[in-house]
Amino acid sequence: MKILVPVKRVVDYNVKVRVKADGTGVETAGVKMSMNPFDEIAVEEAVRLKEKGIATEIVAVSLGIAACAETIRTALAMGADRGILVETDVDLQPLAVAKLLKALAEREQPGLMILGKQAIDDDMSSTGQMLAALLGWPQGTFASKLVFENGGLTVTREVDGGLETVALSLPAIVTTDLRLNEPRYASLPNIMKARKKPIETLKPADLGVDPAPRLTVLKVVEPAKRKAGAKVGSVAELVQKLRTEAKVI
Amino acid sequence: MTALVLLDHDGSAIKQPARSAVAAALHLGEVHVLVAGHGARAAAEAAGLLPGVTKVLYADNEAFAHGLAEPLAALLVALAPGYTHVLVAATAAGKNVLPRAAALMDSQPISEVAGVIDADTFVRPIYAGNALATVRSSDAIKFLTVRAASFDPVAAEGGSAKVEDAPGIALPTLSRFVSAELSRSERPELTAARVVISGGRGMQNGENFKLIEPIADRLGAAVGASRAAVDAGFVPNDYQVGQTGKIVAPDLYVAIGISGAIQHLAGMKDSKVIVAINKDEEAPIFQVADYGLVADLFKALPELAAELERTA
Repeated sequence: MKILVPVKRVVDYNVKVRVKADGTGVETAGVKMSMNPFDEIAVEEAVRLKEKGIATEIVAVSLGIAACAETIRTALAMGADRGILVETDVDLQPLAVAKLLKALAEREQPGLMILGKQAIDDDMSSTGQMLAALLGWPQGTFASKLVFENGGLTVTREVDGGLETVALSLPAIVTTDLRLNEPRYASLPNIMKARKKPIETLKPADLGVDPAPRLTVLKVVEPAKRKAGAKVGSVAELVQKLRTEAKVI
Repeated sequence: MTALVLLDHDGSAIKQPARSAVAAALHLGEVHVLVAGHGARAAAEAAGLLPGVTKVLYADNEAFAHGLAEPLAALLVALAPGYTHVLVAATAAGKNVLPRAAALMDSQPISEVAGVIDADTFVRPIYAGNALATVRSSDAIKFLTVRAASFDPVAAEGGSAKVEDAPGIALPTLSRFVSAELSRSERPELTAARVVISGGRGMQNGENFKLIEPIADRLGAAVGASRAAVDAGFVPNDYQVGQTGKIVAPDLYVAIGISGAIQHLAGMKDSKVIVAINKDEEAPIFQVADYGLVADLFKALPELAAELERTA
């Protein structure tokens, strides 16, 4: 089974983002960029499925500016076999991403696609569900465990009240939650090997997709800052303040 | 303009985040609601009591019993053309189904809406709430998930909308519900509680969460956790408060042994009053706390339980 894993280049999760003074977005110039953490979990899961003999080939896909090739290289160093970069300067929103990935799925015919459940930049949490819809495939979102049996897939999902297990026919879409696995660090030899793995570059037009955004960002602002309050000296003082000052208990 | 809100329910009552989604929809115009389930007519009747709702659509089918995204999205797609907006609370259940329906309608969904400016324009947090984006949609039908913590829920009673049966449609059978392993608790739900007490890595293990219980009992609080505590296996996943877990905004949030990573703050910094108890006085949680206590939680928690009892 071939697995397609989309990976997104985002501002590293350790970076404290700053809103641009002109209100057009957040500062990304000179900021450390990394693979979206949920996508790392997706790549790791695909690599483990290959190690178990369930997957035969892993294709890492990234969509965006030329620098997204670095994110693909990271996936290749973790164990993906080859990469596809769909290069564009357009601000890609989830619906456009889903359409591009659908076109790639039709070309590559994977048995499974594993995506991160959300990107930590736009926090949309929607691409996997939309891709599943466009392909007419079932979806196992927010997955914490995958089991392949009888030609299908059962997915344990993290839901509002705990865990839920669903059975999906294949091909299917899975989106990863935090507890699915702990991604590996790429070893130096694997980083070297990844440099020789192929990355194909396409344009949205090659896939017959119009990637124009549907949402116009009117402005981006910093949220109101919460002021730090006071330290209290004892539990008794805390309880007294909560009762008489804050009046919340 | 009429909005359709898909309501999350437990078979008889409407969940609080869904009532917040109704509150958001009331900013847009007339509000119809959809209750989908199996043998859940009581929930549809309860939906009719929500103030401001003018029509309840009830869809009864075994396929809707467990909230599977594929049949629910098909139902939303069948109903959406009659509406300008389709909304759902941004819970795990809502986020699972709404984007699927939106894609089938060629609409770019807007997730975690925290403010309604007008019928096309919405405010939503990005980058773990470190920035707020105002976005305008050009799609004919807008699909929104609503950040429940940003909208005071409508009351559970006061309205009197009629319940109508939703039209029957052909449903896809791509997926099948197998089982659920839900946390059982007598406590209020995290997203609905007036008081939330969360433990972090500082709790050291799951057993120590018992120290929180007498305090939660006393305050009628829900118990939550940081991602670190969930990842370490101290407590189940549904306890997680944060960017990728639950978003809460209670009257009182008590963070115990939680350092205050950005992704955790994203889930609780809109709480009205924040208390932090941590032995590290440099912990970033103190920068957002209204009341900070630098103390060893293993000493402070029993003291807090005793003090609450003494002064009750």
